[in-house]
Amino acid sequence: MNKVLKYTLVATAICLALPAQAHRAWLLPSATVLSGEDPWITVDAAVSNDLFYFEHFPLRLAGIGEAAAKTETQNGRAPSPLLISAPDGTLVEGLNGKTGRYRTTFDVHLTQKGTYKLAVASGRHMATYTDKGERARWMGELKDLQANLPASVEDLEVTQGNSRMEVFVTSGNPSDSVFELTGKGLELTPITHPNDLYAGEAAEFAFSLDGKPAADMKVTIIPGGNRYRDELGEMTMQTDANGRIEITWPSAGMYWLEAEYDTKAGVTPPVTRRRASYSATLEVLAL
Amino acid sequence: MHKSLTLFCALLSGPLAAAEMNIEVQIPRLDAAEYHRPYVALWLEQDNRHAADIALWYDLKLAEQEGEKWLKDLRQWWRRSGRSLDLPIDGLSAATRPPGTHRLTLDNTRLPLAELAPGNYELVVEAAREVGGREMLRLPFQWPPQETTTSNIQGDNELGRVTLTLTP
Repeated sequence: MNKVLKYTLVATAICLALPAQAHRAWLLPSATVLSGEDPWITVDAAVSNDLFYFEHFPLRLAGIGEAAAKTETQNGRAPSPLLISAPDGTLVEGLNGKTGRYRTTFDVHLTQKGTYKLAVASGRHMATYTDKGERARWMGELKDLQANLPASVEDLEVTQGNSRMEVFVTSGNPSDSVFELTGKGLELTPITHPNDLYAGEAAEFAFSLDGKPAADMKVTIIPGGNRYRDELGEMTMQTDANGRIEITWPSAGMYWLEAEYDTKAGVTPPVTRRRASYSATLEVLAL
Repeated sequence: MHKSLTLFCALLSGPLAAAEMNIEVQIPRLDAAEYHRPYVALWLEQDNRHAADIALWYDLKLAEQEGEKWLKDLRQWWRRSGRSLDLPIDGLSAATRPPGTHRLTLDNTRLPLAELAPGNYELVVEAAREVGGREMLRLPFQWPPQETTTSNIQGDNELGRVTLTLTP
């Protein structure tokens, strides 16, 4: 069976099984491949069902559209910071930030040649437990856990969670300096440069969890524009023993890649569960 | 006339004569509400790898290299070559061309043909127009030519006919 057809059938089956779509958080750059002496991009950040439409909530980012971010939080949590890494390794500021009803926007001035990385990453521990017959939960850093638990805690579950969302943008010639791993949570190491993706060509990426290959993990890739087609068009694949996947891009456009790791094996007490997620918005150009 | 004269000279001077590459690129006259001359790149590829740049026509006279902002719209050329270059490049960069037929003549006494290894190549012509479309054409050829050969390909939108004539 042809690959695209197979993926379409898989995607259709998943859609039928799960009629309610999960919300997706994403960053959408105005461009990822730029030329010229003074390139800028503008980026939208939102939480939505359909990709890439502003229809639900803005993605709140610490330091962007600050006035709004100070008074509101997402699910009771503080917004994650946006880290923009320049090719020389320094961090640069998002400019002209604003948070609206449906989206956060900011600009990036690409003053250096090479590849930039925009990342929204967070890491936290979440504890759920029963206290005097009532379920309760706590979030914070592991070292503060014991001090924050009541004396009569039962059914304690501690989840170590990391999430990371990324976008790559290149002015001029692509460079590799921003791909260095932090060793925390799920991360992507490109084998094919993420700003060198073309329809009909294969691309290869490697994933790691806490710096080690994330083997046998499900990776989902969804093409944008699904408001105007019937099928989600989702492609799913499993990473190999080295944490690698290979994908042949069926057409040009913006794609949303998501990977999630969830295990109760191999964790260090008091942690009982390890969860990590990674997502990226990737642009595929036409040949 | 020009072609037969070239051939005549080549026959007269024998092996000492320069092998020549003549390229004709037609830029079609388009009935567009807002017309801008296309950006055009011509280059040589071997096995889908960039071998040599031949010409780049763009708005190189705009203040503060503003015209370079749109070079990425020649997306294959930008990928294969442009993004690693420091523009403008003498002998490569030139102004955009109006609709009509434009001729380029190269020979093996000068770069890039002087250093082009014998083999099978493709001439690639890519055009991208502001608020318009983009088109890319390929013409395979063998270098150096054993005899005078002419090949052509007809574009559909942004390019007209591209003709490649090789003379030993």
